[in-house]
Amino acid sequence: MRAVGIILAGGNNEGRLGTLTQKRAAAALPVGSCYRAIDFALSNMSNSGISKVAVLTQYNSRSLRDHLSSSKWWDFGRKQGGLFVLTPYTTNEGSSWFRGTADAIYQNMSYLYNSNEPYVVIASGDAVYKGDFRKVIAYHVEKGADITVVYKNMENNLSSFGILEMDEDHRLTGFEEKPEHPRAHAASIGIYVIGRQLLIDLLQKMVPNGKYSLVKDIIIGMRDELKIYGYECTGYWSTVGRGIDAYFATNMDFLKKEVRDEFINQWPYIATKPKDEPPAKYNAGASVSDSIIGSGSIINGTINHSVVFRKVYISEDAVAENSILMEGCRIGKGCVIRNAILDKYVKVLDGKSVIGESSQNPVVIEKEATID
Amino acid sequence: MRRKEMVAMLLAGGQGSRLGILTRNIAKPAVTFGGEYRIIDFPLSNCINSGVDTVGVLTQYQPLRLNQHIGIGIPWDLDKKNGGVTILAPHVKGGGEEGEWFMGTANAIYQNMDFMDSYNPEYVLILSGDHIYKMDYAQMLDFHKKKNAAATIAVLEVPMEEASRFGIMNTEGDDRIYEFEEKPKEPKSNLASMGIYIFTWSRLKEALVEDSKIHPDSDFGKHIIPRMLEEGQSLYAYRFHGYWKDVGTIESYWQANMDLIKPLPEFNLYEDFWKIYTNNDRQNPQYTAPGAVVKESLACEGSEIYGTVKHSIIGPGVVVKKGAVIEDSIIMADTAIEEDVKIYRTIIDENCAIGAGASIGVGEDIPNETKPKIYNTGITVIGTHSVVPAGVSVGKNCVIYGKTEIEDYPDGRLESGKTVMREVFER
Repeated sequence: MRAVGIILAGGNNEGRLGTLTQKRAAAALPVGSCYRAIDFALSNMSNSGISKVAVLTQYNSRSLRDHLSSSKWWDFGRKQGGLFVLTPYTTNEGSSWFRGTADAIYQNMSYLYNSNEPYVVIASGDAVYKGDFRKVIAYHVEKGADITVVYKNMENNLSSFGILEMDEDHRLTGFEEKPEHPRAHAASIGIYVIGRQLLIDLLQKMVPNGKYSLVKDIIIGMRDELKIYGYECTGYWSTVGRGIDAYFATNMDFLKKEVRDEFINQWPYIATKPKDEPPAKYNAGASVSDSIIGSGSIINGTINHSVVFRKVYISEDAVAENSILMEGCRIGKGCVIRNAILDKYVKVLDGKSVIGESSQNPVVIEKEATID
Repeated sequence: MRRKEMVAMLLAGGQGSRLGILTRNIAKPAVTFGGEYRIIDFPLSNCINSGVDTVGVLTQYQPLRLNQHIGIGIPWDLDKKNGGVTILAPHVKGGGEEGEWFMGTANAIYQNMDFMDSYNPEYVLILSGDHIYKMDYAQMLDFHKKKNAAATIAVLEVPMEEASRFGIMNTEGDDRIYEFEEKPKEPKSNLASMGIYIFTWSRLKEALVEDSKIHPDSDFGKHIIPRMLEEGQSLYAYRFHGYWKDVGTIESYWQANMDLIKPLPEFNLYEDFWKIYTNNDRQNPQYTAPGAVVKESLACEGSEIYGTVKHSIIGPGVVVKKGAVIEDSIIMADTAIEEDVKIYRTIIDENCAIGAGASIGVGEDIPNETKPKIYNTGITVIGTHSVVPAGVSVGKNCVIYGKTEIEDYPDGRLESGKTVMREVFER
């Protein structure tokens, strides 16, 4: 069944990620040594046969736009379909920032008018997962649903999510946004399937009346009028946008064999913008254990239980443990990096250390900082 | 087509037979290098880095892998509306009934004059897909223009005692060439041809047309260069200073790969300037496990290392399981090394499976019995899609190709210098 895609990559997630999203959208966060978060949503769309995708963004979209500067890496950029980066804009009547998820789509409604695919898949840009949207659409059609919400059964952090309550047929009977005392375990993971015309009709009714949120005003607000169903995601799913601890944990998950097997060793693959770096280089002093090393990196020291991105240089006698070192970091001789997230191009001079508290509360060093 | 100042013609049709089993199914330019690259990536990247955006790639021997690799040229930014990369294969000419193979290097260009004429270039750059180097062809073109030359030949200053292995340019004081000698017994100069030429197209075209009347196997070194010299045309030697390796033999191929491992390699891939691009659709994390030892080695994207790797190159998607030891070896893409395998000084091509506990590259250094000229420096070579059963022992200078069974190893051993060839089953 044919569908167009919409990826919500708007925000900095209310500042929950501190300096990591000070200058980038959460969807542009680097993940797993070589990806950015949005690669997962884009690859899922592309791998599900969706050829036309809009990325809605407004917050610090430079690094995101840089990443999306060519759409060919995800197999978009064709005569049929393509990748559209949509932002707030100015007209004679004025301009406004996106006031919510529904408003963001409403402000770019011509994208929906100008499509003829019967369905729309809406996904968030900051989640790490692999999903076949064709299956969700087939389920949506089979149930005769107006809206299908993808959920995952979770044990922890439920109060950070929208929680679905469903009947036996998986029809939505209740939905609580970030409840303090959750009554169910089915957390919405921000992926929706909806008919294109229905979405247009709903937005035209809601947004001019000041109702700007997909979740609050449509899923919750119209729960009784619409047939809303839940679809369970059974594979790996994690969001880097929930907070620094979630960002840290998601990266560290790539050290687990089952996670790598799901993303790396099983078709379809996750695509990203190629950087054409040479292989990771292990010199004589290298001692690496339980870590992933990005291409173009040169290792002279010790790395343990860490995620090292591309073009990182680790000097002799330096030690990195339980840390995330983003692209281009340079670690001097004898440095110790522990429980830390080093944003891109951080320099740690010889003999200096960066030590955080724990995986739950790692120290974050902002982009291009020098530790001296 | 819009006019192009210079069009590159890349000769990629050769087998490179001295690479033995490595070029059984693929042309030499498609052979993997440095883990993630193929040899042709170097001239192709040099082209785009030099601003040469129109490249004809001439294929003949086993072109499939090369065609798949090049595609429409996206990895090198050679997917262009005007120009870009074009694969030129031998074909049946209009009015003819039978096709013609490319009979020589110059003959291949002669047969594709239409391609060049469609861009009406001022100059033509002739390249081969056999060498590892970084070179700015734009500087060479400046030299060619400054000298107002009919042809410019890139040369490398080699040690005089090695000069008799090369095609040598004998020059006058200003590097104008007065004589070309192929592998001279008593060399007069040490300027070795690198197989890189810039011709003023009108001059080359004339020479190609005239020479085709006498030599159906027209060759640049044998015919075109001597002919132009005889005619008194101005040919110049352009001195190249830098790393340049002909990876034509198993030993030189192995050595050039190992050169990349040195702490400060003479040929440095780790600089942003003059990037080498390749077609790599998988950009995956490379994982090194607890207990693994990886030293003096390169490890490509998507590889997983649980064992010990020293002074070796591990290709994309390779898995090295626990207890395995790899030393002084090249393991190409997607090969699986099972537990407790020992591998010394061996080249293993793509998509192989090495069974648990096998030892490879152990024993006496006896040259290969069947092809002693190719395999004689102690390196054992295993061809693409091969399977080596668990527990066997393999000597030095051995060749293994295809899905071998335990019966192929008498007493569980393949002695040094032996060859075993079986059918390949694509995995």
